[in-house]
Amino acid sequence: MIELKNLTVRIEDKMILKDVNLHIAHGETIALFGPNGSGKTSLLKTIIGIPAYRVESGRIFFDGADITELTMDERAKLGIGIAFQRPPAVRGVKLKTMLRICMEKRGIFNEDKINEFAHKLNLHNCLDRDINLGFSGGEIKRSELLQLLAQNPKFIMFDEPDSGVDLVSIHLVGKVINELLEKEKLASKRTKAGLIITHAGYILDYVNADRGCIMLNGTIICSGNPRDLLEDIRTKGYEECVRCLK
Amino acid sequence: MSKVSPREMAKKAEKKPSAIGPDIDLNAYSVEAKEHGKIQRLKDLSGEVKEKAIHVGVDAEEACRSGSFFQMDHSVILSSAYKSGLEVMSSTEALKKYDWLPDYWWKAVNVDADKYTAQAELKQNHGYFLRALPGAKVEFPLQACLYMTQDGLAQNVHNIIIAEEGSELHIITGCTTAPRVRTGLHIGVSEFYIKKNAMVTFTMIHNWAEDVEVRPRTGAIVEDNGIFMSNYVCMKPVKTLQMYPTAYCVGENATVRFNTILFAREGSKMDVGGRVFLRAKGSRAELVTRAITRGGDIITRGHLIGEVPGIRGHLECRGLILSEKGSIHAIPELEGRVNNIDMSHEAAVGKIAEEEIQYLMARGLNSEEATSVIVGGFLDIEIKGIPEHLKREIKKAVRMGDEPLM
Repeated sequence: MIELKNLTVRIEDKMILKDVNLHIAHGETIALFGPNGSGKTSLLKTIIGIPAYRVESGRIFFDGADITELTMDERAKLGIGIAFQRPPAVRGVKLKTMLRICMEKRGIFNEDKINEFAHKLNLHNCLDRDINLGFSGGEIKRSELLQLLAQNPKFIMFDEPDSGVDLVSIHLVGKVINELLEKEKLASKRTKAGLIITHAGYILDYVNADRGCIMLNGTIICSGNPRDLLEDIRTKGYEECVRCLK
Repeated sequence: MSKVSPREMAKKAEKKPSAIGPDIDLNAYSVEAKEHGKIQRLKDLSGEVKEKAIHVGVDAEEACRSGSFFQMDHSVILSSAYKSGLEVMSSTEALKKYDWLPDYWWKAVNVDADKYTAQAELKQNHGYFLRALPGAKVEFPLQACLYMTQDGLAQNVHNIIIAEEGSELHIITGCTTAPRVRTGLHIGVSEFYIKKNAMVTFTMIHNWAEDVEVRPRTGAIVEDNGIFMSNYVCMKPVKTLQMYPTAYCVGENATVRFNTILFAREGSKMDVGGRVFLRAKGSRAELVTRAITRGGDIITRGHLIGEVPGIRGHLECRGLILSEKGSIHAIPELEGRVNNIDMSHEAAVGKIAEEEIQYLMARGLNSEEATSVIVGGFLDIEIKGIPEHLKREIKKAVRMGDEPLM
């Protein structure tokens, strides 16, 4: 579904991604690990197309088409979605307005559906609030998922969906991520794909990832069974990754 | 010692410039206008006039209005109340009808404040008198339209609005010009008297031509438990606009709220403020402004004066600069004259955060659409305490003015 080929990215003069290669197939879910500042969020922001993340070399392909030069909205329309880790508050723009926008861009708008999604994520009381303004950490995470339910993308990136979320909420977050990624279907029948950044790996107790990747200094240094990788990180830390590379 | 009449006071102030705002040569504008014939209902207006009036909130069908007042240049062509408990007439007619009206004439605005108030006294061309009788509560608003058809004309109106005890009055007033009008001067004195337990919501929508100069002069006196909510919307070009409406909370628990929405294009100069004197225990004021410039210059002022303990007031001004040219100058002032008061302000001026645009683009909107949604949200002031249909009217007026932004 999505393929990054030798991707090198700068913000102004600083190189933040170096020669990244990654392929995520239809139906596949990848967990992305890495210490703070390793480039995980930068990778997601590059894929969604934030202009400050300038691709210096390499290409991004989505369903076979080169999307490296496309704008953010063009990528969104193709079916790429993202749950931001720290989205901005937009004063005066209601959560409900955002959901309407997400749905209308798909050519549909169904008020009942919006209410159903909002109830599912326990956000029905937030629909008439300015988006993210005064939202709790958990509300922000759930609001991002709510927008994705309305948007229904094919390839979905989740930037730390489990950070700052309490145990009750994380269960709900996991459930909705599974729904977004069609986990209820047989693996062979799934069409959606996901990329999940997780620090502590809590979300992996609820969402089954097919593969894990570790990012260090802007490069994906290894991949493997996500649970094994997480166990290694928990017991040995990223220092072991650094030693392993030497 | 004999009392000095308003006329004499006005004569002394004939050349007195306003304390703020660009000075205007009053002689540059004609005070003579041709007479316009009366009409029975607003639907009798010509298509062109109707079209312009609709854009400033006028309901030409009058289905959802409890009365209408329409002044064209210097002629009052319609003044009717359609509900009992309401009075709608020209202020000159009201002066003849009620011998007590001088008690309300120049009591909320000083006649000698500047040459504009002086001109409104010396060369008055009607204006409206709107009154809700004691206990009268009417759901649908009264509407008033001040319309200028003659290029280069000075229209000097004096409006009096009285909400008697326990009454509730909603007013939508629109001021605009005929399509061919380029220049003109509009001086509008408005004096509000909100008695005990009464409420007035006043929504004023301005839609001027590019070279029109505008000097509203507004004062409001609010008694015990009275509520005055004033919403002002100016989204279209104007040469210069300067106003500093002032409310006096003289009764316990009097409440004042000013909501102001301004949009200035290149060439427009707007200096718009709001001032509230909190003079009685428990009185409250909230002033909220949203200002957008796309090349024009906006000064937005707010001034709260706390004179007794136990009052509360808040100023909020947010400005968006959408182009390279243009400026927004926010001047919030808090003046506490005693202890045990609670007054605060917040102001922010800047451009739209890139991060916000990108957030919406990630959901599929292009850059222009994202900007438009953010601007729409920015202008969407939460107006509390007014009927839903009035909220819709205000939103409609803002949207109409906002079209070029979309």
